[in-house]
Amino acid sequence: MVVISDILVQGVQMLLVLLLAPLLTGFVRKIKARLVRRKGASVFQPYRDLLRLLRKGVVLADNASWLFRVTPYVTFAAIWVAAALVPTFATGLLFNWTADLIAIVALLGSARFFLALAGMDVGTSFGGIGSSREVMIAALAEPAMLLIVFCMALVAGSTQLSTVANFMASSYVGLRVSLGMAVIALIMVALAENARIPVDNPATHLELTMVHEAMVLEYSGRHLAMIEFGAFLKLLLYISLIACVFLPWKIAVSGTGPLAYAIGAAAYVIKLAVAGFFLALFETATAKMRVFRVPQFLGAALMLGLLGTLLLFVSRSF
Amino acid sequence: MSAVDLQMACVGGLLGLAVLAIVLSRSKAATAVIYGATLAVSAIALIGSMRSLLGDPANVTVLALPVGLPWIGAHFRLDALASFFLIVVNLGGAAASLYGLGYGHHEATPHRVLPFFPAFLAGMNLVVLADDAFSYLLCWEFMSLASWALVMAHHREAGNAKAGYIYLVMASFGTLALLLAFGLLAGPAGDYGFAGIRAAPHTPHAAALVLILMLLGAGSKAGLVPLHVWLPLAHPAAPSHVSALMSGVMTKVAIYGFIRVVFDLLGQPAWWASVVVLFLGGITAVMGILYAMMEKDLKRLLAYSTIENVGIIFASLGLALAFQANGLKLLAALAFTAALFHVLNHSFFKSLLFFGAGAVLTATGERDMDKLGGLIHRMPLTSFVFLVACVAISALPPFNGFVSEWLIFQAVLQSPELPQWALKIMVPAVGALLALAVALAAACFVKAYGVAFLGRPRSVAAETAGEVDRYSLAAMFILSALCLLAGILPGLVIDALAPITTEILGGRMPIQANEAWLSIAPIAESRSSYNGLLVMVFITISASLAVYFIHRFASRALRRGPAWGCGFSDPTPAAQYSGGSFAQPIRRVFGTLVFHARDHVEMPPPGDIRPARLRIELHDLIWEGMYAPIAGAIGISSDRLNRLQFLTIRQYLSLVFATLVSLLLVLAIWS
Repeated sequence: MVVISDILVQGVQMLLVLLLAPLLTGFVRKIKARLVRRKGASVFQPYRDLLRLLRKGVVLADNASWLFRVTPYVTFAAIWVAAALVPTFATGLLFNWTADLIAIVALLGSARFFLALAGMDVGTSFGGIGSSREVMIAALAEPAMLLIVFCMALVAGSTQLSTVANFMASSYVGLRVSLGMAVIALIMVALAENARIPVDNPATHLELTMVHEAMVLEYSGRHLAMIEFGAFLKLLLYISLIACVFLPWKIAVSGTGPLAYAIGAAAYVIKLAVAGFFLALFETATAKMRVFRVPQFLGAALMLGLLGTLLLFVSRSF
Repeated sequence: MSAVDLQMACVGGLLGLAVLAIVLSRSKAATAVIYGATLAVSAIALIGSMRSLLGDPANVTVLALPVGLPWIGAHFRLDALASFFLIVVNLGGAAASLYGLGYGHHEATPHRVLPFFPAFLAGMNLVVLADDAFSYLLCWEFMSLASWALVMAHHREAGNAKAGYIYLVMASFGTLALLLAFGLLAGPAGDYGFAGIRAAPHTPHAAALVLILMLLGAGSKAGLVPLHVWLPLAHPAAPSHVSALMSGVMTKVAIYGFIRVVFDLLGQPAWWASVVVLFLGGITAVMGILYAMMEKDLKRLLAYSTIENVGIIFASLGLALAFQANGLKLLAALAFTAALFHVLNHSFFKSLLFFGAGAVLTATGERDMDKLGGLIHRMPLTSFVFLVACVAISALPPFNGFVSEWLIFQAVLQSPELPQWALKIMVPAVGALLALAVALAAACFVKAYGVAFLGRPRSVAAETAGEVDRYSLAAMFILSALCLLAGILPGLVIDALAPITTEILGGRMPIQANEAWLSIAPIAESRSSYNGLLVMVFITISASLAVYFIHRFASRALRRGPAWGCGFSDPTPAAQYSGGSFAQPIRRVFGTLVFHARDHVEMPPPGDIRPARLRIELHDLIWEGMYAPIAGAIGISSDRLNRLQFLTIRQYLSLVFATLVSLLLVLAIWS
């Protein structure tokens, strides 16, 4: 009986992330439009976009290989699994112990690896420019991410997200300078990983200024739908990650009953809305930086992570 | 027949095959006979070593042969550590022999390869088995020389003679360091048996010196920066299955030497030793992969990536030293297990990658990635296994590379337990270096695979390539299956490595077989756990679900068309991204510092019809700053000393007299 309810909760979480991800992106786009005093499309537009893409046929480049056709599904699956393993409204889900934070980051790495390969597959310059810049950004973001994990693991004594969330939710964490540095670094890494302003612009129409969008330029129809869906999920995943580690407010502990789960879910939706609002605000207020300024941006994230870690060594109370 | 007898019999068999190969060298059947027999012998040795590691690892068997120096003899010993490395050696040997059955037929001069191939395998087996300093050094030299002969197999090709020469110089330097290390270990009493060395006490100064000498000796063979210069020249010069052995296996034998001396013979090391090893490991990992990123020769890229992996293994060993010096046995076992796991993994995927590069070489005759492209259409099976190896070496789940890197990061995360401040601060920094190396490795293998196998063919050879023979494919498929298996069942591997950590460190990781659902938890599940099998199952299920729903409910129309080129479709495959252009962002970020990289654009003035040119200037600072001055100094001094060849007999006699007098003076002052 317990197992069945556990599986149920895990299933609910997997469906929840799937259903909420396009809504989050639609919400961010809506807020961005309102902030520049446009009316903007409905928050449900991403769903309509996905359905439209699914109804369209695929135009495949002449020399695209099987890898190009498999990649959308592989990346989507890897990101979905990763998103299902991050605690959203409840901790201690059935499969939480399958992978810790390092493994979740590596799963996202797998998705990116295949996307970058697909960018190289057709043999156009746009795919190549996108892939080569994407791997550069990833190469800089990953060490920063590891140091953030390190800083977090030092405080919570674990890299298991459920344990970390439970620990952070407990009262005796308090405010710490090093955690503040870690959260800033994590937000910077999340912006880079999700191809958001100031690192990349998801809405640009000039291929040369794009990174992520240039890489997937050759995709169309259902393949593009999978890739877009993966990108929505990834944004949701990073916000869930930040929320569960640094803001585990009202997160339900496993086995506490439906009411706690409902409260947790409501709190989760509020957290997503708040994070989405701030993301839109930030993106409206900043300009995209040149591609070769990105190393400095991510280097700052790395240094923040390192400083946070060292501060923890110097004094346990920071 | 005890376990060590079986191994020595196999070594004897391999040496016999080397002799047989000389006899048969001109016959047509030689290739099939020699590789077939090597495959059989390696398989027997592999089964024997697996039985001794998995069956009864505590049962240490020894063998003394009345050869070698008269008052010492030759001693051989098989314990858990040696069994593990014998598995690595013989698995690599068996795979390379299977591959050689097909690949060897394309060899223009088989008599230059066949005799040395089994001899090289025998040498590596002997190094692992040796139990006294004399046999160890002798076998080490035998291994070096056999591999040198294989490097020189195609000695008329451009660059190979230089590669062989540099390899020989560096190998001699390494052996010199080992010789001095064993001299120090044996001490004034001069007991050269490993049992005697293990029992004797070592003063801190001697231990420090031995550690440094081992880093020079074993490190130069393994490819530690800055002693790596020979490796990217020599490994690619050999035939591809030998490259696989040199990169995948011989570097591991060097690591075995380091472990045997530093962890086993030397006793408890001081904590600062770990600082040196950690630092060298971290630098080696990042430098190796940055060199690889800049490379456009497929086999040299793989050789540089070997340097990176050796760096990761050494960093992990450094962690083990740090924990061991502070008596944290469980954590030392964790770091040590991670290092051994990575040794095993790297031998799988690096052999596989070199086999794949060999297959590409057979099919196209090209190693230059900028002349390849589009091979995924013409060599589908090779491309598939090469992709598996690329994913595995980039440390991506659910393959094996990820598990060992994950274990290393888990060990890094335990550094707050260390009491020394230097280590506390250094370990996270090295962890960040390793993370950087891992991320760069993924970038590097996207480049290798994307340029060589994807895109449009850049040459006629790449356009007309065909799939390789069945033996080569069989060897590659077996290794890729092993990459996946070790990735999804890591608990079994960790448990199999436990006897080694018990034997060397006196501690072990928790038994992983007790964990539910075959997951692994290095310390406790609440702290960190990973389940490769479930990750793999989840990805498969969710990908299948996605495919099912899409194909059930979405449009299934598919149309082929030309690629989108923004209204200007580029007519030539040369306009695609090449290796150099793919590396450009990373070259700009890291290369300006590490390689003093400069891009020179020569743009002709308007109206001039010359093409614009982009020239990339890269400097190998280690070669230019360290090796070139030494080589220059040796050149100049030999020019000066050359005059000594043309003296009269009187001058020679006075030289002899002066030497004698100065030696006597030294002796007089000394005593």
